[in-house]
Amino acid sequence: MEALWFTIVAGMLAVYVMLDGFDFGAGLLHLIVARNDAERRTILAAIGPVWNGNEVWLIAGGGALFMAFPAAYAVGFSGFYLPLMLLLWVFILRGLSIELRGHVTNPLWAAFWDATFAIGSALIALVLGAALGNVVRGVPLDGTGTFHIPLFDSFWPSTRSGVLDAYTVLVGVFTVLALGGHGGLYLAMKTEGPVHARSLRAARWLWTTSGLLFPLVTWATVQVAPDLFVAAGQRPLVWFLAVLLVGAATILAVGLVTGRSGLAFIGSAGTHFTLLGTAAAARWPVLLRSNLEPSLSLDAFAAATPHHGLRVALTWTLVGLPLACGYVVFLARIFRGKVRLDTATVTTGAAAHS
Amino acid sequence: MTDALFWHRLHFGFTVTYHYLFPQLTMGLAFLILLLKLKAFRSGSALHEEAARFWARIFAVSFAMGVVTGIPLEFQFGTNWARFSHFAGGVIGQTLAIEGMFAFFLEATFLGIFLYGEKRFGPRMHLAAAVALWMGSWLSGYFIIATNAFMQHPVGHTMDAAGRLQLADFWAFVLNPWAIWQYLHNMTASVVTASFVVAGVGAFWSLSGGHAEHASLALRTGVVAGLVASCLMVFPTGDRHGKLLAEKQPATLAAMEGLFESQAGAELAIIGQPNVQQRKLENPVVVPGLLSFLIYGSFGSTVTGLDRIPHDQWPDNIELLYYAYHVMAGLGTLFIALMALSAFQLWRGRLERTRPLLWALMLATPFPYIATTAGWMTAELGRQPWLVHGLMRTADGTSPRVSAGNALFTLIGFSGLYLVMGILFLFLVGREIAHGPRSPHPRGVPAGSPGLAVEAA
Repeated sequence: MEALWFTIVAGMLAVYVMLDGFDFGAGLLHLIVARNDAERRTILAAIGPVWNGNEVWLIAGGGALFMAFPAAYAVGFSGFYLPLMLLLWVFILRGLSIELRGHVTNPLWAAFWDATFAIGSALIALVLGAALGNVVRGVPLDGTGTFHIPLFDSFWPSTRSGVLDAYTVLVGVFTVLALGGHGGLYLAMKTEGPVHARSLRAARWLWTTSGLLFPLVTWATVQVAPDLFVAAGQRPLVWFLAVLLVGAATILAVGLVTGRSGLAFIGSAGTHFTLLGTAAAARWPVLLRSNLEPSLSLDAFAAATPHHGLRVALTWTLVGLPLACGYVVFLARIFRGKVRLDTATVTTGAAAHS
Repeated sequence: MTDALFWHRLHFGFTVTYHYLFPQLTMGLAFLILLLKLKAFRSGSALHEEAARFWARIFAVSFAMGVVTGIPLEFQFGTNWARFSHFAGGVIGQTLAIEGMFAFFLEATFLGIFLYGEKRFGPRMHLAAAVALWMGSWLSGYFIIATNAFMQHPVGHTMDAAGRLQLADFWAFVLNPWAIWQYLHNMTASVVTASFVVAGVGAFWSLSGGHAEHASLALRTGVVAGLVASCLMVFPTGDRHGKLLAEKQPATLAAMEGLFESQAGAELAIIGQPNVQQRKLENPVVVPGLLSFLIYGSFGSTVTGLDRIPHDQWPDNIELLYYAYHVMAGLGTLFIALMALSAFQLWRGRLERTRPLLWALMLATPFPYIATTAGWMTAELGRQPWLVHGLMRTADGTSPRVSAGNALFTLIGFSGLYLVMGILFLFLVGREIAHGPRSPHPRGVPAGSPGLAVEAA
C-alpha cells in the first residue's frame, strides 16, 4: 500500500513536471523566440488554455503527498520554508503575468508582463531543479526528525550545504536547459513561421546541451548519493524505466534531427517522465534522505497514513485520476492544431484563457 | 518581542483572509452567470448573453487572483503548521487531496473553454462549461469547508498509538453536520457578495446614466438574488449554525455574545463593549430573553456563560471575536433591510427612479466583503484556543524549526505582494465597470485573453 502511494505521488509529480514543464519552457524562451507583440501573443495563446490545468497537477500531487505521507509533508515543507515561500512568490508573479498581460492594450504594460513571465518561468525551472537536487542529495535531518536548511552555506556538497550548492545548482541548470528544450518543442509543435523555426532551433540547441551535460549530472549524483545507484542496480523496475528512458530519448533525438516537432515533443515528454520515474524507483522507499546519517532518513513506511486511510483514498483516486488524465487529453484534443494570428483561424487554438 | 506563534497565526490569518476576498465573488458570480446563461440559452436573449459575457470578464480577474493566492494556503499547512499537518494530515489530507483531484481539475479545464471558447465550441458547449465551472467552484468550497469543519467539530477519526489522528469513518468525516450548515451559510454568503456587486454596478450605471438596459438587468438580478440570499443567511443557515455552536462550542457562543455569566432568559446584546478583565459588557443595549429564544426556542432557557467554562478554554481574543460576530450579524440585518426595500421598489417599478436607494445600493458593494470576513473571523477566533477543537491547541501546531524571523520576513513579503495585487485588481475591474457591458473589442472577444489579441490582430 505504501509502495502504491509512493508510485501515485511520484507519478503525479512527474506528470506535473512533464506538463507544466513545457509552459515553463515556453516562458523562458518567450523573449527569445518571439520578437514582436503578435509573436508573443502567439506564445501565450499556445499555453493559455492549458497552463492552469497543468499547474493543478502540482496542487493535486501535493494534496496526495499530504494525505498519504503527512510526516514527509510536514517535515519537508517546514524544512524548506524560505525557498518554498520564494518559489510561491515567483509562481504568483508568473501566473499574474499570463493572466493580466492581455487586459490592457499598451506596449509598456505588455513589455512588463512579458519580462516577468520570462524571468519567472526561468527562475521556477531553476528552483524546481535545485529542489530535485536537494531531494537527491539529502537534507540535514537530525535526531529530532526535523531539519532546517539555509539558502546557502558551504558551496561544495557536504553536511553543511544549503539549498543551493554546486550539485543542486548543477541540477537546476540542467533542468532549465531540459525544460527549455521541452517548451521549445511544444512551441514548435503549436506554431508556424518564424516562431516555429526559432523554437525548433532553440529546442535543438537546448536538448543537445542538456545531453552533453547529462553525464556530468550523473557523475555528480554518484558522488553525492552513491546509495541511489546501489539500490537501483538490484531493481528490475529501475532497469525497465531506464530502458524506456533510452527509448524516449531516442524518439526525441530522431524527432529533433528530422525536424518533426510533434514526435520530438512526445519523446521529450517521455524523457522527462521516465527520468523522474527512474530516480523515484531507485529512491524507494526513502522520502527524505538525511545527509548526516542514513539511518535518520524518513522513509515511506514511517511517514505513511495507516492502511485504512490509504485504502479509502485509493477508492476515490481510482475515479479521480483517470478523470484528471481525461481532462488533459480532452483539452489537448479540443485545442489541437497550430495557433495562428489571424481572424479566420481563431478557431484553431487561439482560444486562450487564463 | 513576540513569539513565532503570533507571527504564524497572523501569517495564515492574513493570507487566508486576503485569499477569500476573491473566491467569495467567483463562487457567487459563477451561480449568477449560470442563471444569466440559462436565460439566454432558453430565450435567445442577446441582452442576457452580453451581461453574462461582461460578468465573465470580472470573474476572470477575480478567479486568477483567487488561484494564485490560494496555492500559498495549501503550502502553509506544511511550512508554518508542520506539527498540525503531522497530527491531522491522515484525516484532513483526504479532503484537501479530493479538492484538488475533483474540483480544481474540473475548474481549470473548463475555465478556458468558458472564457474564450464560445465561438469555437458553440452555445451548448459554452453552457456546459458554465455548469462545470459552477460545479467545480462549489465543490471546491465544500471540501475546504469540510476540512475546516473537522477542525471545528472533529468527527470520523481515531487517535493512533503515536498520538496522531487517523481516518476511521470517511462518510462521517465528509458529511459532518457542521460542514453541511457551515457550507450552506458560506455559499449563501458568496451569493450575497456577488448579488451586491451586481446590484451595485447596476446602480452605478443607472445613476451615471448609461447602459440603461444593462443597468436594469443588473439591478433586477442583484436585488432579487440578494434578497433571497440575505434572508437565507439568517434563516435557516445562520440559525442552525448558531444552535450547533451552542451545542458543540458553548465557550465560543458565550464569548461572541459577550455573555460572562450564565443566565436563564439570557439577553441578546445588540451593542456593548466587552471588558474581559472585569467580566462584564459595558454600555449594553440588550433585548431580554432573546438569546435564550434564538438558541433553545424558549425565552426562559438557560444559556451557558463564560463563568462555567474553565479559563484555559476561553477563546484568547474575546474582544475581537465579539466585535467580529456583531459586525457580521449587524451587517447581515442591514442587508435584508436594504434588499427588501429595493425589492419593494423594484416590484412597484420605481427602483430606478429612487435615486437615494440607488446610491445606497452602490455604496453598499464593499459591505458583504466586510461581513464575510467578520464571519470567518468569528469562526476562526471562536475556535481558539484550539486548532482542532478539543484535540490540539493552536500553540502546539506550529513548525518547530521555523523561526519568528522567517515567518515575519515572509509575512512582510506577502503583504507587499498582495498590496500590489489589490491595486491591480481594483484597476482592472474598475476599468471594466467604467467601460460597461458592451464588448470592449471590435469582434466581441473577451478582454484578458491572448486570444482577443489574436483576433484583433
